[in-house]
Amino acid sequence: MSAVDVDSFGKSGRDYSLVGESSRRAIETGLASAEWYHTDIPRKTMKELMQRSDGPAIRDTVIWIALILGSAAGAIYFWGTWWCVPFFAVYGVLYASSSDSRWHECGHGTAFKTRWMNDVVYQIASFMQMRNPVQWRWSHARHHTDTIIVGRDAEIAVMRPPDLLRAALSFTGVLDFYYLLPTLFRQAGGRLSEDEKNYIPEMERQKAITAARWQVAIYAATAALALYTWSFLPLMLIGGPRLYGTWHMVLTGLLQHIGLADNVTDHRLNTRTVYMNPISRWIYWNMNYHVEHHMFPMVPYHALPRLHELIKHDLPAPNPSMWHAYKEVWPVVLRQLRYEDFYLKRELPASAKPYKEEFHNITVPAAAAE
Amino acid sequence: MTDWIEACAADDVDEEDVIRFDHEGRTFAIYRSPDDEYFATDGLCTHEKVHLADGLVMDDIIECPKHNGRFNYKTGAAKGAPVCVNLKTYPVKVEAGMVMIQLS
Repeated sequence: MSAVDVDSFGKSGRDYSLVGESSRRAIETGLASAEWYHTDIPRKTMKELMQRSDGPAIRDTVIWIALILGSAAGAIYFWGTWWCVPFFAVYGVLYASSSDSRWHECGHGTAFKTRWMNDVVYQIASFMQMRNPVQWRWSHARHHTDTIIVGRDAEIAVMRPPDLLRAALSFTGVLDFYYLLPTLFRQAGGRLSEDEKNYIPEMERQKAITAARWQVAIYAATAALALYTWSFLPLMLIGGPRLYGTWHMVLTGLLQHIGLADNVTDHRLNTRTVYMNPISRWIYWNMNYHVEHHMFPMVPYHALPRLHELIKHDLPAPNPSMWHAYKEVWPVVLRQLRYEDFYLKRELPASAKPYKEEFHNITVPAAAAE
Repeated sequence: MTDWIEACAADDVDEEDVIRFDHEGRTFAIYRSPDDEYFATDGLCTHEKVHLADGLVMDDIIECPKHNGRFNYKTGAAKGAPVCVNLKTYPVKVEAGMVMIQLS
């Protein structure tokens, strides 16, 4: 999940800090850096699924850039009239939502076969997301090591008890300006938080500071241009889309883990696969197959539907739509307001291998919705 | 003192692939390059102790299956975040159809 930085969240019974009590307990109990469940797949098949290819990502990136430039051109042309609104609506989602999946896939290095293509798109998408490319590479590595392990995972989007106001505000992108932008400024000033130091190795920290300085410089230049031209237009095109185009990223991304179990070592129980419409899947680069992605992060986005067909017998039934998923999770989230140990228990099909209960019992979840 | 250990049959490893070899409590990765040469490294990624034998071999690169960290398996060199520490490599020879690795 693309998440707001950990230090942006309020206090709760669980200690989501990466240097606190929950972190210590996760390390002690073996939940940190644990061995996770994987569905058995023959090596030959897995190799085929993992194969890299430049074709799909080049096609999608050419379309992506063309749509971004085209919608930006329309927005500039019609600037000052109501006709610019639909162009900004498209531009905003491409800038602020689809860049999340590009950031994600290129960060894994699986989108393109050619390494430098992954790196270039990763840097651009990180900027669009207001994310420090160095910091977030490491935070995402931690997210895959310790997915939804409290005190270890730096990218838990909705903590318990859930802050519904914050979740609602995240659709507007306003939290990015409130948390991510100040984070970039702090880092550009040479300061990393204790949580950030917990997952960024010492040898990488100066790179993180340098990256933050570049991003801040671009935002400063954009603000200067807006002042010079005495127009909001530069800010509507750079940075501003975080406010009006983030909604799709949050709509799809929130569903990745919300309401499901924490402190388990089986992605089938803490991660959700949701069937989505083709447009959302293109924007999201198939990350709706999220259990599959977490179980096998080496499989490129374009091969996830094939992977899903191969292993779905071993996974909980996917949600048939985003609407279905939100309808399912809403009462769980409401219940968590009063009782934060409550969660939605994913039922494994009869054909699936059972979960290793010995890990589950360590954290003693007090109640579950069936 | 050095020991040559029989790791596997040469045919056990597909071209441009890797397999796992465990020996006396240690784990290794045995590679067969696209040029039909054999190489050996420690079996676990230096980042998070994940078995590299589940990863993907591309030319002279092994990519870790968990975080996509990349190493040159011929030299052990780490090729960038999230791997920062090089992988230990071991001499390899093929004799009578068997892949042997030298453990020092």
